[in-house]
Amino acid sequence: MTTTTVTPAAGPAAPDAAPTATGPRRRRGRGAALASHGVLTVASLIALFPIAWLVFLSLGPDKDDYLHPGRIWSKMTFENYSFVLSETNFWHWLQSSLVVSLGTTVIGVMVAATTGYAVSRMRFPGYRKLMWVLLLTQMFPIAVLIVPMYQILSELRLIDSYLGLVLVYCSTAVPYCAWLLKGYFDTIPFEIDEAGRVDGLSPFGTFFRLILPLARPGLAVAAFYSFITAFGEVAFASTFLLSDTKYTFAVGLQSFVSEHDAQRNLMAATAVLIAIPVSAFFYLVQRNLVTGLTAGGTKG
Amino acid sequence: MTVAIDRATGKRRGDRTPRPGLGRRLKNGYQRHWYAYAMIAPVVIVLGVLVLYPLAYGFYLTLTDADSLNSARTIGVNEIEATYKFVGLDNYADILWGETAYDRFWSHFLWTVVWTAACVTLHYCIGLGLALLLNQKLRGRTFYRLILVLPWAVPTFVTVFGWRFMLADSGIINSALEALHLPAPQWLEDTFWQRFAAIMVNTWCGVPFMMVSLLGGLQSIDSSLYEAAEMDGASAWQRFRHVTLPGLRAVSSTVVLLGVIWTFNQFAIIFLLFGNTAPDAQILVTWAYQLGFGQQPREFAQSAAYGILLLAVLIVFTSFYRRWLNRDEQQLAI
Repeated sequence: MTTTTVTPAAGPAAPDAAPTATGPRRRRGRGAALASHGVLTVASLIALFPIAWLVFLSLGPDKDDYLHPGRIWSKMTFENYSFVLSETNFWHWLQSSLVVSLGTTVIGVMVAATTGYAVSRMRFPGYRKLMWVLLLTQMFPIAVLIVPMYQILSELRLIDSYLGLVLVYCSTAVPYCAWLLKGYFDTIPFEIDEAGRVDGLSPFGTFFRLILPLARPGLAVAAFYSFITAFGEVAFASTFLLSDTKYTFAVGLQSFVSEHDAQRNLMAATAVLIAIPVSAFFYLVQRNLVTGLTAGGTKG
Repeated sequence: MTVAIDRATGKRRGDRTPRPGLGRRLKNGYQRHWYAYAMIAPVVIVLGVLVLYPLAYGFYLTLTDADSLNSARTIGVNEIEATYKFVGLDNYADILWGETAYDRFWSHFLWTVVWTAACVTLHYCIGLGLALLLNQKLRGRTFYRLILVLPWAVPTFVTVFGWRFMLADSGIINSALEALHLPAPQWLEDTFWQRFAAIMVNTWCGVPFMMVSLLGGLQSIDSSLYEAAEMDGASAWQRFRHVTLPGLRAVSSTVVLLGVIWTFNQFAIIFLLFGNTAPDAQILVTWAYQLGFGQQPREFAQSAAYGILLLAVLIVFTSFYRRWLNRDEQQLAI
């Protein structure tokens, strides 16, 4: 029977999860809050610094400025940005990235939606096997599919084409979206389906007229997640795209170091230009994203 | 062959579906299955074409001695037929027991295991710590949360380059270490420090996901449980141990599994941080990629065999993990 007031103060990483308003508790709370602020501030600085550093370096005009950051202050300029936007393949890369990512997103969500619904509501022979396959495809290392995909795509002459890359991305996006959407459909009450059936809708009608409109947030999460994954994918894009006007950003960014003899200042500027819209978008939807991810996982 | 059917939903289903499900199944079960199959057809077809066929083809390749010199290819207008031949399980035997198998496979395998264990442990512990801190009533916690999510918000291939600038020989990190009169390791050249740097960067990238998921889990724990525990005189540590951790169980088991799978397959960080320069810091995924595409001639068959072995490791791990979770659950039930 220890008293609550003394021991917790010495307790390690176990802050008050349920703060109450008793006297001594509040006094101790102030010290704990201060410590929390300290730890969180340090963690925030660590999280922020590499990105802030990248932004800072992108303002230095010379390619070796990253080794002498002190000199950047005196000659800060936006030249890198204007150069990247006007002289490099930036707009081509933007186009490729958007085409490939949006293509994957649209196909992934459209193909996966009905299946997510089916595995959420119906039990049919082979259900367990299908769920197992959906889970299994999520742990495919890229090393498993990259070689056969390369061979197959080169036979079909789809190497260095957007379509080829979209198809490859769909192999991960489709099962993932199905999994994610199942999690979301599980949260929609079954009574709605039953009401639809009573009113004489077929299962397809129920799905398209009742459930799909209700599932818009879930669809958005699945779409967003496929988009981000396709946008940031490195291995397949580096291998399957050959001409530098078709590069996605993930490949194009690497080409600064090899081809333009290490123009790191331009690379940093491009990196910042890519990061700003993507992270802005991310912040808009992140809350939904997390709920969707864990719902899809835990309720699998 | 267990599937991810969680206790939570299992129970909920048990409450609701079986009754209408059974009744309808008796009436027109036939029709229902027909609908279900029509609905899953698109995914089954896509998976068959895009996953199963390449997988089978890849497995066939591992039984041959295919590389970029004897595969079918087109040079200009000439089409060259494939000339590779069937060699049975030789590739696997060579990778697992052949000469220099330790250097080519087992050393990478061990490093992959260490990498996965270290990264997931760090992700989970730091993520849980930060989530606990953020779960308090604290001024400015939304602000902290937004900043702490930043490494996840920015695409990995962008942040890795930021890290490369920082880790370069006379980059900011080494300058800072020198200013403090500490030894400045060669982050991008020395094997040990390469590995250290890789784990560090991956930890930086992976913590936000864990943090946000666990924060969601923490917020869903019923606060009356804490009140009850406090009434009974539980210390903060006891509350953490007996209320918080069990309450996080469902979320934890999922994010740890996802974390292991993602980290084991983490390609971008090591590939972009070191390129082809660090043979000893390559985990199995990047090593297989290097065999298949990072060298000449391209060893397609070997690379594919690594892929199959990787998949096998993950499948074995996942089945054990699930069995372990389930066994735990049965104990809880008793």
